Amino acid sequence: MSVAAPHRHYGPSAFGDDLRRFWSLTITLSMTEFKLRYFGSVLGYAWSLVRPLLFFGVLYVFFTKALKLGQGVPHYPVYLLGSIVLWTFFVEATSGCVQCLLAREGLLRKMRFPRLVIPLSVALTALFNLGMNFIAVLVFALATGVEPRWSWLQLVPLIALLATLAVGVGMLLSALYVRFRDIQPIWDVAQQILFYGSPIIYVAATYDDAKQGLEPVAVTLNPIATLLTQIGHAFVDGSYPTAATAAGSGARLLIPLAFILGTFALGLWVFNREAPRIAERL
Amino acid sequence: MRTWKLAWPVAQPGAVASVQAAVTSTTSQPQARARTSRPSAPPAVAVQRVDKAFKLPHQQYHTLKERALHPFRKDAYDVLQAVDDVTFEVAEGEFFGIVGRNGSGKSTLLKCLAGIYDVDAGDLHVNGRLSPFIELGVGFNMDLTARDNVMINAIMLGLTRQQARERFDDIIAFAGLEEFLDLKLKNYSSGMTVRLAFSVAIQVDAEVLLIDEVLAVGDAAFQQKCFSEFHRLKDEGRTIIFVTHDMAAVERFCDRAMLLEKGKMVELGEPSSIARRYNELNFRRAIPRHGSEAGEERFGDRAAEIVATWFEDPEGQQIGEMGHGGVCDVCFEAVFHEAVENPVFGFALRNVTGTAVFGSTTDLEHGPTGAFAAGERAVVRMRLTNWLIAGTYTVTPSIARPGLGADAIDLRPDVAELIVYGWFPTGGITNLPHQFEVERG
Repeated sequence: MSVAAPHRHYGPSAFGDDLRRFWSLTITLSMTEFKLRYFGSVLGYAWSLVRPLLFFGVLYVFFTKALKLGQGVPHYPVYLLGSIVLWTFFVEATSGCVQCLLAREGLLRKMRFPRLVIPLSVALTALFNLGMNFIAVLVFALATGVEPRWSWLQLVPLIALLATLAVGVGMLLSALYVRFRDIQPIWDVAQQILFYGSPIIYVAATYDDAKQGLEPVAVTLNPIATLLTQIGHAFVDGSYPTAATAAGSGARLLIPLAFILGTFALGLWVFNREAPRIAERL
Repeated sequence: MRTWKLAWPVAQPGAVASVQAAVTSTTSQPQARARTSRPSAPPAVAVQRVDKAFKLPHQQYHTLKERALHPFRKDAYDVLQAVDDVTFEVAEGEFFGIVGRNGSGKSTLLKCLAGIYDVDAGDLHVNGRLSPFIELGVGFNMDLTARDNVMINAIMLGLTRQQARERFDDIIAFAGLEEFLDLKLKNYSSGMTVRLAFSVAIQVDAEVLLIDEVLAVGDAAFQQKCFSEFHRLKDEGRTIIFVTHDMAAVERFCDRAMLLEKGKMVELGEPSSIARRYNELNFRRAIPRHGSEAGEERFGDRAAEIVATWFEDPEGQQIGEMGHGGVCDVCFEAVFHEAVENPVFGFALRNVTGTAVFGSTTDLEHGPTGAFAAGERAVVRMRLTNWLIAGTYTVTPSIARPGLGADAIDLRPDVAELIVYGWFPTGGITNLPHQFEVERG
């Protein structure tokens, strides 16, 4: 069947020795997860929408009606819903990765397969969910009068970058969690900080002149802020500032870009290094 | 029970005859056993000087805080050398046994072979695809249907999606579960689940199969089916590595075997000599226990005392184990504290379940034993041909006053052990000397 090279490193590794099998496994595992989530319950897919929609509803009522936050911002509700859905994806992918290796202990201890398949399938499941949820965002956007524009195509590379960041963080967290169990609370706290440090409930560069000093810093140093800002400009309304404007200059965008790629590389390196010993350390 | 009958004809209570037929058909296999290894072919599995150690920390540091608080404290740990400098080769088409006691490192070695653990040192090569039967049904999801689980499991075991789809029907047919395809696995009986898992694993079409005592699960008919299947695969030229501590199975199936003890390879060779060596290692303590032990249950008025009990071969060597069909002496030594007229000496043998399999006394077989004075010693021997099947047996020696034997002087239950090896599946507790004759007409 498969012709194995007689001399090769034999133990478990992150990628294994057959990339086709690697992808086939990743897709199979995430499809299973996806299936289980939606077919096990009566309302199925509706449940995955309920959480972001409810969150959106609460924030929308609170910030637009009570705090009058979105006033003067065109299509603020669309931006709010879109950024919540994207944030949900990021949280689902990264938090899901933290304990994923432990959750699949039985598999890891008894079968030989590329170890990276597990965190990657968690991220892929989150991406499937994002796809489903984004349909709701699209419907909402079109219904509230957002015009389709060519710049929507920018979403593809922007979401790809967000996914890259999520996978990078996911690999890092899942590999570290095997050694240090307090990755879980640390990441819970880090997530809270990231949530408020990213323009999710607010739109970058629009609501407060007093924040002018802080904002370019946030958009430069927090890649999620950079991505959400650019997505707002490209998807919701052209009057939103671009990431370059918000950061102060186009060159500064290299920093979040380097951060995303660096996180991915670091995550990959750490995971690859830990992979052969994951089964026995669990 | 109902589903069992529907799905697994061999296991039907009424189908004993067919089970027996399966048993006899495979017992003829050892004679037909042929070395299929070709000297020129590269080995299917080559293991060279493999080491594998585990660190067993005294106190596990699992949190960053603990590390931050004690940055310079060295982690105290024991090193457990699970596999220590093991070298062997398995030829293509060979049925190879790995035996050892619990904790001897055989499962660790298997996991290294399966590519689950990384080795610390040495080389390990497997030629071709390998299918581990380490645990059946790993990754089965109880909330999915059998159909989904088969696909997922097959892909996990190394098939492509396309191959899994092609073999789907064969897998289901082998398991005999056609009617339950769309049933969720949580509604399966455990037997059905195991059959499904086994079918998937067997259809993966691996060149090398690693089997880790999976056959401990399932009923006798299922085990029989598994072994028949392994034999079929072996006849097709597949290589099978079988980890067990069932010596009977090793002698019955393996071409060669290896004995591990504390991670080291003790011996590699013929299954029968490996089985003997294993029994020596495992039951060393079974060789006679002298004197009385604390807490021992003992009966009688002690006018005489049994001071030692042991087994001997016909040459007078003490033994702790013997082959089926051999001759041995069951012996004890007695010291008389008072004069006793015609004491009755006896033995009873029990198997591990506590069933008395044999017993006899001098009253029944030998006749009056004469008078013994105080201070006199006597050694009592009972010679027997061992028709007991493989297993562990204990002996209960006794001295009683003449009569019905109820008036005990000394009786020490289960005071020595004998291991019997050799495989004669008879379905009972003995293999009596027998011949068949079939007359037509």
